[in-house]
Amino acid sequence: MPEGSYVHIEGLKRYFDVSAPWLVRKLERRPRQIVQAVDGIDIEIAKGETFSLVGESGCGKSTVARLVVGLYPPTDGRIEFDGNNMATRRKQGAHSTLRRRMQMIFQDPFASLNPRWRVFDIIAEPIRAFGLSKDKADLEKQVGDLLEQVKLTPADGRKYPHEFSGGQRQRISIARALASQPEFLVCDEPTSALDVSVQAQILNLMMDLQRRLKLTYLFISHNLAVVYHISTRVGVMYLGRLVEQAPTDTLFRRPKHPYTRMLLDTIPDLDMTGRQRAPVAGEVPSPLNPPSGCSFHPRCPFANERCKVERPKALPIEGGTVACHGIEEGRIPIEDRSYTARG
Amino acid sequence: MATNNPPLLEVRNLRVEFPTRRGTLLAVDDVSFDIAPGEVLGVVGESGAGKSLTGNAIIGLLEPPGRIAAGEIRLEGKRIDNLPYEEMRKIRGARIGAIFQDPLTSLNPLYSVSHQLVETIQTHLPLSASAARARALELLKEVGIPGAEERIDHYPHQFSGGMRQRVVIALALCAGPRLIVADEPTTALDVSIQAQIIALLKKLCREHGTAVMLVTHDMGVIAETADRVAVMYAGRIVEVGPVRDVIKHAQHPYTKGLMGSIPSLGVRTERLTQIDGSMPRLTAIPKGCAFNPRCTARGERCLVERPDLMPAGASRAACWLHDARGVGAPVPLARETVNA
Repeated sequence: MPEGSYVHIEGLKRYFDVSAPWLVRKLERRPRQIVQAVDGIDIEIAKGETFSLVGESGCGKSTVARLVVGLYPPTDGRIEFDGNNMATRRKQGAHSTLRRRMQMIFQDPFASLNPRWRVFDIIAEPIRAFGLSKDKADLEKQVGDLLEQVKLTPADGRKYPHEFSGGQRQRISIARALASQPEFLVCDEPTSALDVSVQAQILNLMMDLQRRLKLTYLFISHNLAVVYHISTRVGVMYLGRLVEQAPTDTLFRRPKHPYTRMLLDTIPDLDMTGRQRAPVAGEVPSPLNPPSGCSFHPRCPFANERCKVERPKALPIEGGTVACHGIEEGRIPIEDRSYTARG
Repeated sequence: MATNNPPLLEVRNLRVEFPTRRGTLLAVDDVSFDIAPGEVLGVVGESGAGKSLTGNAIIGLLEPPGRIAAGEIRLEGKRIDNLPYEEMRKIRGARIGAIFQDPLTSLNPLYSVSHQLVETIQTHLPLSASAARARALELLKEVGIPGAEERIDHYPHQFSGGMRQRVVIALALCAGPRLIVADEPTTALDVSIQAQIIALLKKLCREHGTAVMLVTHDMGVIAETADRVAVMYAGRIVEVGPVRDVIKHAQHPYTKGLMGSIPSLGVRTERLTQIDGSMPRLTAIPKGCAFNPRCTARGERCLVERPDLMPAGASRAACWLHDARGVGAPVPLARETVNA
């Protein structure tokens, strides 16, 4: 494992079998169907940083989140967390210590909180499960502190989730995630179900908590502007593969992969600079039947014969990696872009 | 856009109410605006602001028990808010087209695209089946569906999300309407597809001279598409003006906060601007200005007197800051709001 790496993901794969039932398959002579949701991903996350994964729906970014926290077992590949291989540490004791140190925040604050539990019990559950409180008074104090940390009041613990707005519920989810005193939080689109003014509150809260509690985040989002504000490093996913990763400023200033450039081009221009969004032809192909070679080639303006047959490898460049034949061969010029300049 | 023409759509003092067991909820409160022919009016707001209900009231598709309690809606000078169902049905589709958020639910999965297009065309235009089919094909080509000749006989499930939304747009354009009410037309789509659909909508409206009422929560979409924008909060329009002015020089404190809280690719700051608190529930709209519990510029007058739209810069805003008498003595925010 490389120096300074806190979360190390190597060759991570997850395939889902979405075949029809056996009998239907035999009768209709249909083959098995496998979705390659995550198809070989390498990520390094350093302690205290925010690594973001962006991509369009169906690119496998949420699957990566679930693999990392262990909600899905990987088909292949390694996930190491602070030097521990998550796959081999299946023994109860050691594994539960690791589980305590990583927690997840989900997208939909309406679905991720049990409507029949009081907020106090929702937040107290991880504390009880990991045996982190001495007695009842200590538990109450811990839950009260957690609620205050997310800018709610201890009295809110007596209420039920339905009594809160979407933003407040997401605060409760964050408090629950913090209850086991984790170091690493996996956040799967934590603000995409919220209105913008509330989204800003939650993003600010997450950044404050990160500074105060020295948290490391894996942040999943489809919103590039949000990612720009919150991340240290960004990875761009397309059809189960990581096409580019780079430090945030580099990625937004000098995007390399044609898909990254396309995504950046589609960000609406709120500064009214008159920059037109360049609509890109084509759509994300079905992950059931991904294109050969570089999976982006049918939509890529730079694609050639090699792109159609050979899958590009991730090669290091300017502090990040890019998987693109065009960049490797120098066919695609890398230039500074002014996405981040105020008009 | 030409503003000296008589407006295509006039909405005057529209109120939409929901009678419930615990009293009547006022979801849209005294909303007035005009749309000129060929103009794109953006209506933005957060969820629950009443923007979709305003759109539904115009196309006559308010879900009961919601009802128009007061006000008038005029299309080309003729009142349409009090028409019987059958008459409204003729206007809807023929003169007002509608595009909804989810293209899968606005198409019938049991009929082919050609069937649905031909049916709509024949309902509103006196065309033979073959002429209607020819028009349907023409429309599909116009909305940019590749291989339209083949795809016209496909079923909705055979299209991807972006293509389905194109079909829905074709369907809305069938009878050549003067106004299209588009309710979150790009929200269900991925960003790259979103840009395609917006470009298409803009192009078609320019070519056909169709006016659009674009309802969305996404300021980015508005910035690129709309000529004018109306910002809604808690059932009322708080600011309305040319899109450039509202975005660059917001006059209402809510609009300012809203614009600041949208993460953009500008300077990276430690913190985003945030508006503390959240939008009030319809059961508990505060007295005075509905935004006052979250407003950092509030004064005593805001707590008791409700502001109407008044001139503010190049726009109009419903805020006492723009009134000669001002907001009165400042009132600091309550602590609960900051934590809400």
